[in-house]
Amino acid sequence: MTAMDDAERMRERQIRARNRALFAVLAALAVLLYAITLVRIGG
Amino acid sequence: MSQLSEAHLATPPTRAPVTALGDYVEILKPRVMSLVVFTGVVGLAVAPGHLHPVLAVVAVLCIAIGAGAAGAINMWYDRDIDAIMRRTAGRPLPAGRMMPGEALGFGVVLAGGAVLIMGLALNWAAAGLLALTIGFYVVVYTMWLKRRTPQNIVIGGAAGAFPPLIGWAAATGGIGWGAIALFAIIFFWTPPHFWALALYRADDYARAGVPMLPVVAGPRETKRQMLLYTLVLWPASLAPWALGIAGGFYAAAALVLSALFTGTAMRVWRDESERSARLMFRFSLLYLLLIFSALLVDRAGAALAPGAWR
Repeated sequence: MTAMDDAERMRERQIRARNRALFAVLAALAVLLYAITLVRIGG
Repeated sequence: MSQLSEAHLATPPTRAPVTALGDYVEILKPRVMSLVVFTGVVGLAVAPGHLHPVLAVVAVLCIAIGAGAAGAINMWYDRDIDAIMRRTAGRPLPAGRMMPGEALGFGVVLAGGAVLIMGLALNWAAAGLLALTIGFYVVVYTMWLKRRTPQNIVIGGAAGAFPPLIGWAAATGGIGWGAIALFAIIFFWTPPHFWALALYRADDYARAGVPMLPVVAGPRETKRQMLLYTLVLWPASLAPWALGIAGGFYAAAALVLSALFTGTAMRVWRDESERSARLMFRFSLLYLLLIFSALLVDRAGAALAPGAWR
């Protein structure tokens, strides 16, 4: 059972890491689009 | 341990693998991407006109993501032959660390996003060229030519030659002769670069049924064509100087590098061992890096001291 628990924990860790990365990418995209808008309006 | 738990361990539940973040990076082919980004940056830098630094960063980002997306879709389509070849068997799809649909979806979303942002932030000429590059690599090279003809990387090589055009278009809104000269350098550089690799990986390609030139025509004919392409590269590499987008420093560097590249091809022609092919493959990477660096240095020198560099 320990091996299964470890595998499940590892799986959850990977899912959590992937969700965090996805959040970071979306946040970076929002910042990027904001910067593009500022430059285009300013230019 | 109970019978139930033993049976549970023996037949693990069939759940889709959770793909590690590193695998998402790997299917973007980061090494190919770095070369694409570098040549795209050079196209952007040597193009006439001025681009806001934020937009320049966005353009480079879009080129990088577009190249990565094309790589991901390529890995999705080629997963069957990747599993056969030693060089590619450890990739996330053949190794079972990623589901095929996941790779395809990832690639398509990135490709669409990169083209859309390029169009909205820069201009639609650059976005169109980026879309054309991705489409050319995926459809023309990967799906059509790669498994059908030994000229796969000659025609398909155009996909790798587009990035300076995209950079140029991002800066100017169109393409000029200078951009076409940069395209020509990469286009004629691609066959000797890939065939050097194919020479010492011929058994791998043969096993996977990919008709690379050394598999179909043999090493002798491949070496002859590699040598010819390095000779064609001489005028192509001097074109930026002839067109006036580069000065004497670049011309001297292009001559020296082209001479060295032809020298490695002659060594491959004479040498029966695979050592010289490996050397040529490594030098081809250095060639592209140095010739485009020379163009950057030349332009920077011309900007700092216009009279001294011409």
